[in-house]
Amino acid sequence: MTFGRLIRRAALAGLAAAAVATPALAQKTKLTVYTALENDQLDPFKKAFEADNPTIEIAWVRDSTGVVAAKLMAEKDNPRADIIWGLAASNVGLMASVGMLEPYTPKGAEALKPSFRSGKSPDTWAGMDAYLSVVCFNTAEAAKGKKAKPASWADLTKPEYKDSIVMPNPASSGTGYLTVAAWLQSMGEEAGWKFMDGLHQNIAQYIHSGSAPCVQAAKGERLIGIGLDTRGASEKTKGAPIELILPKEGLGSELEVTAIVKGTKNLEAAKKLADWAVTRKANELYAKTYPIVALPGIVNLPPNYPADIEKAAVKNDVEWMAKNRDRILAEWTKRYDGKSAPKK
Amino acid sequence: MSLAAPIQRVRLSRDDLLMRIGVCVVAVALLVIVGLPLWSLLVKGFEDRDGKFVGLANYIAYFSTPALFASAFNSLYVALVCTLIVVPIAFLYAYALTRAVLPLRWLFQGVALIPIFAPSLLPGLALIYLFGTQGFFKSWLGGGQIYGFEGIVIAQVFYCLPHAMLILVTALATADARLYEAADALGASKLRVFFTVTLPGAKYGVISAALVVFTLVITDFGIAKVIGGNFNVLATDVYKQVIGQQNFSMGAVVGMVLLAPAALAFAVDRFVQRKQVALLTAHAVPLVPRPKLGRDVFYTLLCAVVAAGILLILGMAVWGSFIKYWPYNLELTWANYKFEAFDANGWDSYWNSIVMALGAAAFGTALTFTGAWLAEKTRGFFLLRDLVRLLAFLPMAVPGLVLGLGYIFFFNAAANPLNVIYGTMAILVVNTVAHFYTVGHLTATTALKQIDPEFEAVSASLKVPIWRTFARVTAPICLPSILDVAIYLFVNAMTTVSSVIFLYSPDTKLASVAAVNIEEAGTTAAATALCVVIVATSAAVKALHLLSDRFLLGRLQAWRRR
Repeated sequence: MTFGRLIRRAALAGLAAAAVATPALAQKTKLTVYTALENDQLDPFKKAFEADNPTIEIAWVRDSTGVVAAKLMAEKDNPRADIIWGLAASNVGLMASVGMLEPYTPKGAEALKPSFRSGKSPDTWAGMDAYLSVVCFNTAEAAKGKKAKPASWADLTKPEYKDSIVMPNPASSGTGYLTVAAWLQSMGEEAGWKFMDGLHQNIAQYIHSGSAPCVQAAKGERLIGIGLDTRGASEKTKGAPIELILPKEGLGSELEVTAIVKGTKNLEAAKKLADWAVTRKANELYAKTYPIVALPGIVNLPPNYPADIEKAAVKNDVEWMAKNRDRILAEWTKRYDGKSAPKK
Repeated sequence: MSLAAPIQRVRLSRDDLLMRIGVCVVAVALLVIVGLPLWSLLVKGFEDRDGKFVGLANYIAYFSTPALFASAFNSLYVALVCTLIVVPIAFLYAYALTRAVLPLRWLFQGVALIPIFAPSLLPGLALIYLFGTQGFFKSWLGGGQIYGFEGIVIAQVFYCLPHAMLILVTALATADARLYEAADALGASKLRVFFTVTLPGAKYGVISAALVVFTLVITDFGIAKVIGGNFNVLATDVYKQVIGQQNFSMGAVVGMVLLAPAALAFAVDRFVQRKQVALLTAHAVPLVPRPKLGRDVFYTLLCAVVAAGILLILGMAVWGSFIKYWPYNLELTWANYKFEAFDANGWDSYWNSIVMALGAAAFGTALTFTGAWLAEKTRGFFLLRDLVRLLAFLPMAVPGLVLGLGYIFFFNAAANPLNVIYGTMAILVVNTVAHFYTVGHLTATTALKQIDPEFEAVSASLKVPIWRTFARVTAPICLPSILDVAIYLFVNAMTTVSSVIFLYSPDTKLASVAAVNIEEAGTTAAATALCVVIVATSAAVKALHLLSDRFLLGRLQAWRRR
């Protein structure tokens, strides 16, 4: 407990006493929101929502996608979250399939792009924004080693990139699985596996996180990282010598979504947040960090994103991903993960 | 010693009764904080994802994956190599601290503890700064790379050294000078004295230290994640199942496989313990090392080399925490210490960590020491005493992820009256104490084993109640070890991540978790900065401890001197 917080507590107590005297001041509803949004997004999101809904106060529980999803699943029998705001659609889809979500179509959801709806009636979740798995290319290291800039996925299998590519391990990272699933869907399974066999020759490491590859590329640990676009863009903004490349065959995308948790004691407040999360105002907020958002007509490319990023996304069937997950991961693990010794 | 005890039944005295009640209380407490949460997760290994009982199907599926054997082999291999490196170094270092006359002894003692003050993120990040693709000493690796087996070994040796040293210093600190005088008088060679007096006396500590290092390496996930490259180990398999795929059933299966080394460790410990005799008999004369030039120079050099290695890693981290953008902009800046810019909780999480660590130190020290004392000194009552010992051993073998999830399943159950502590600071304290119970228990046991049971026998014959002997004799003798345990819990509470990451709430976020989140967001320098703040805090607490130790030792441990 900080001293500052003590003072705040005391001040709050004082305010509470004042509130008793003015009964018009209603008690605020504390809404527990589980999220995997980036840390720096939390404050603006909270402030914007609370400004429009002064009776509700957001309490964030934030961690990486895997941890938040695991926590939600583990709390299934006695949920602590009221609502999910900013978690991958494939994770939330799995929760919908085991009945953990409260079906609710937010007011205004009809306006969203069709691919940002759950397809159920009423909806189980509503889309917010999309992120892509891109190629981050370190131009400084490339100049040192005289390496050419790749333009396609096929380029990445060239021998000149031997041991210089990192990508997330699909068994430990949602982004990793998204990347693999997109290859298999867009190239076809047979060609997809063949491509990965070739890529495997150039992979230095399968990392346990979706954001680490672009960070490693940004810091020159590796020449090329395949991973989250937002991380690549933000590293570039901080001064990293990297370029975000959209391979010409197209790349996989994943949605971040909002969904109400079944059994919440604050259903009304949760619905208010679900409604607010699909408004234009909210979408404009998402657009500050993500180039692709759920409402059509909002174009605001955040700094250091390649143009045309929305067109580069291949059609990604979330349901197909969920259904084939165990099979693909087993095959992937058999092919590439068994070789555990670091390659020379 | 129990072998020598008379077999005949004695009527239970009031002391026996009290102690047996105490053993029951400790057993129940350990069941609640260790046994039941683990059980509520491990039982999922026999269910499918929808919670239907499927018998051994998950185990069969897991054991038919070829990758398992690679992971299991890698785990055993890396753990064995680390144990073989850490234990001899820790032994020599501890020997130097206790049996040689070192200049700046307090400094060497403090430096060796630094790794324990650091979140496991720190050595990983520092090693990347040092030996990574852009690292200063990359050429030392001769074309190899730090990511993989070598990286894990270096980081684990750094991380495990103080754990082993803590136990070994306890084991070597209490020795009976009369044995050495006798050996000297009989003209025994140095080597012979070492193998017949020193080593047997410290045997229990050596084996405990080896077991602790072995299981620490097997269960640690953080280092393998940051620097392990493609070197798969069992702990990363748990991560893949639990965090990557939210597959608790398979996570539970791997978690169960990981318990095997602990079961083995427990069996070995029981076997060794039976042969351990009290070193510090009531007639003992404490050993005080006397200056001896050759030996002292040798050990000073040895300690200096080890300490330099530790300081190199720490120093790199401190420097890295001031760098603007590694490796392209090496300007220095204070900005990385303005944590509000990287995490909404800012410095609040740091104060939360302090509160949590103080709580864990207070509650944990009381529980581990009393628990160890009751388990050692109660007469008869073998079944429950063994249960306490087993439960004390378990946490060491449990990866934090497994324990954390078990806590959700157990403490969040709607039917559990204890679910009121879910989401509070209390559950973080309890979880941390449970997670680090084993080393505290071993340290306390090692200290207690060296006290002659004659003390109790004399007290009993003088009709002094056992609790008074505990408070007036046992606890003061063991005070240095008690303080060691408290500090150990405090510093681990400051750095722990893997288990509490599932349990913190918006108001109770910890600095160690914040560091991981900041690192994941790509802000390596700020994450390093937060790690440095954590190290500095723990180092300050330890410095206070050393000062108070000197004061307390002066007053309560006067008998140790001649």
